[in-house]
Amino acid sequence: MLRIKRVPTIVSNYQKEEADGSARSVGGCGRNCLRECCMQGAKLPLYAYKRANKVGSEKALAVDEPREAPVAFLDSLLLGEWEDRMARGLFRYDVTACETKVIPGDYGFVAQLNEGRHLKKRPTEFQVDKVLQPFDGNKFNFTKVGQEEVLFQFEASEDSEAYFTPAAPIDVENTPSFVAINVSPIEYGHVLLIPRIFECLPQRIDYESFLLALHMAVEAGSPYFRLGYNSLGAFATINHLHFQAPTKKITITSSGVKISELLKYPVRGLVLEGGNLLQDLAKMVSDCCIFLQDTNIPYNVLIADSGRRIFVLPQCYAEKQALGEVSSEILDTQVNPAVWEISGHIVLKRREDYDGASEENAWRLLAEVSLSEARFAEVKAIIFEAVVSAGVAGGSDMHLQEAELAPKEVDPINSTTASAMVTGNHECMVLQ
Amino acid sequence: MESQLELIEQSIISRYSNRVYEALDELPGNFTITDPCIYGHPIVFASHGFLEMFGYSKEEVVGRNGKMFQGQGTCRRTVMEIREAIRAERAIQVSLLNYRKDETPFWILFHMSPVFSEEHGRAINFVAVQVPIIRKPLHPKHNHGRHQFCSCEDGFKSRDILLGSCRREVCTKPLVESSHEAAFEAVLDSDRGVEAEQLCEASELEKQKAITSINNILSVLTRYSALRGKSVSERRCHVEGQSLPNSALVTSLGRIEQSFILIDPYLPSMPIVYASEAFLKLTGYDRHEVLGRKHRLLSNSCTDSSTLLQINESIRNAKPCKLRILDQRKDMTSFWNLIHISPVRNASGKVILIISRWNFPIPRREGEPQHILFPIPNFSPSVTYFVEVHMEEGYVNQDGRMLSPEIRQLGTIAAVKVAVRSATMGPCSSG
Repeated sequence: MLRIKRVPTIVSNYQKEEADGSARSVGGCGRNCLRECCMQGAKLPLYAYKRANKVGSEKALAVDEPREAPVAFLDSLLLGEWEDRMARGLFRYDVTACETKVIPGDYGFVAQLNEGRHLKKRPTEFQVDKVLQPFDGNKFNFTKVGQEEVLFQFEASEDSEAYFTPAAPIDVENTPSFVAINVSPIEYGHVLLIPRIFECLPQRIDYESFLLALHMAVEAGSPYFRLGYNSLGAFATINHLHFQAPTKKITITSSGVKISELLKYPVRGLVLEGGNLLQDLAKMVSDCCIFLQDTNIPYNVLIADSGRRIFVLPQCYAEKQALGEVSSEILDTQVNPAVWEISGHIVLKRREDYDGASEENAWRLLAEVSLSEARFAEVKAIIFEAVVSAGVAGGSDMHLQEAELAPKEVDPINSTTASAMVTGNHECMVLQ
Repeated sequence: MESQLELIEQSIISRYSNRVYEALDELPGNFTITDPCIYGHPIVFASHGFLEMFGYSKEEVVGRNGKMFQGQGTCRRTVMEIREAIRAERAIQVSLLNYRKDETPFWILFHMSPVFSEEHGRAINFVAVQVPIIRKPLHPKHNHGRHQFCSCEDGFKSRDILLGSCRREVCTKPLVESSHEAAFEAVLDSDRGVEAEQLCEASELEKQKAITSINNILSVLTRYSALRGKSVSERRCHVEGQSLPNSALVTSLGRIEQSFILIDPYLPSMPIVYASEAFLKLTGYDRHEVLGRKHRLLSNSCTDSSTLLQINESIRNAKPCKLRILDQRKDMTSFWNLIHISPVRNASGKVILIISRWNFPIPRREGEPQHILFPIPNFSPSVTYFVEVHMEEGYVNQDGRMLSPEIRQLGTIAAVKVAVRSATMGPCSSG
């Protein structure tokens, strides 16, 4: 069994006690949590999205189909609730006080100095050679967070219209999905999407959960709001399904899911886009992910361009780390290359690493994450055999193309900041 | 909402007198004028020479962003340099690979210069001249854009200086590579493949041509803006006592619909440096009546002084606060205003501009006791502004399913924070 020691990221204020080893409380716990003891009569805002079948082009959304969102999903609801939690002091630090800069270079990687994120925690052992691990109710999971950390419930609308309810009862039977804050945000607006929270799903992608995450990206409708996912063994620290979300640029979707290979980027991976229906894209991506997790290959997923482009990036950093194959120079930075790092938002813990941040260093770190060329070719081949060929039979039009991951562009003119992330659960970030 | 198209049409004639088009049409050369105050930073004018060179019609170009002329072979670093110049509102001259409508690539010398409004000191236009480079690339083997990794390695501080000359230095000294850089180069070669295009250096003649062309355009714009009574200048004129948000930030802020103002906390009067449309609508003031005025413009003699004190305390301690205050519109009618105030930080935490604007401690003359006229705020220099969000009490949502006014106000604060954070996130930490 391969293990590494790592300081776990605290995503909820209720995670500390458990990590400190204090006894679990039983019964009406008085913490206003999400378990039976505290759920009686609890209410949370509810945002129900319209089941869009297609991710339109930017123009199509603006002109053809004026979207009548009941509230501005990203700007008012998500960020407003987030700012409210900030005013209530629920975060471990003020992320806007963390120095952040664009690293000069071709890729526009972003470096952030975040000395508080991993402070004062003992390293914990993580098993890194098993992507699928059973849910363990004794460990921290998102049903243990306080209700104040949850921003709202997020679900598909029963009828064809989107709607918003400021205080809706929590219907456990209805398997609601929650959007909660990450108390250790890496960017302003960083949230977690926890699909079907009460089903206590372990960290793995399935079609339904991925479609939900895709809908959230569509609903946010901002290229600066992206969703990410870390599988276990790829720096997810909590084995309870969640997505994280930040943002990007627009390409026009073609019919059929187009699968491309990422080029000119330190981490090798696949890009999926298009599809006749949103469901086609969700199906293809989730099939790839399911295949990877069943094959025990850790991976990260990034949903960019308001759901138009999905990056699937298998990785092997933790395994290399456990085998002692990562250089001590890189290990010393204590950076865990999870989905945000891989998509170019690098959170550094030491001042000297921040001051000396260069594209070269970022590239070197990310190159360690990537599968080797040979291994990636192998993985690609088996994915195509297992998933894509089946998909073609199912009628989707697929072709392998070469693509480039446009750098995370911080466009001084068009930018609006918002990112969200998903780990073990989907996390979301808003980064303008 | 005012249509984007209208804004683009109005862009030039709202700032320059009517005959400016004729004057611009008479100028030789290939150039475009863009408007950073409109979302997407579109082209609002393209010269005949430009359209001919690129093979587009005017309609295909006006309203689009300049990036439409870039393509696969365009050096990404150069593009980032241009973006950064736009963000920092300064001039830049670089070689750039562009594409014609028929997709044939060609090298141009790209020279861009901001045009500042004398009224409020912000960049209101960028003029870009494109001089085709009619030469073979130099040093075909070594002059790859990637080499620039190396030249900028000596730190971000010198980046400003490097931007102009970076490319040139690289070209003239292609062999100054340390082993360290060479190793990186090897990684790049194996991992990223080899790009086909080589850097092309413009001749002195071409550079001179670009400068002359820019100067001609700027002089036309200056002349015709004076006729309109709204002077522009190629130099940023400093409007006294105002730390103005740059045009990128103003564009982002312009998309936020609620009523709010930004306050510069580093001056004793704590002036307003930005006011949203909704604020002007709520209070009845014009923008020019508000900018530069003390932030409690809306207070009058009836305003409770302890509430005012609370606001000042909150700003001095960089703490958010929310309160209810009796305010007055321009037409002297009063209303109960629910306000939220919050500090807003920039991305870098190191804004030199702001530090230089600290006007204390006051230099002490011989024999005089030391005065401190304004208490030193307790916040770090990374606090750039305070945002004050307003809502008239009694404001009701049309239907009960909407967000609470509280959350909407907080959403506005969030949107402002996000806008400021991203607008200040550049490769070098200048505000």
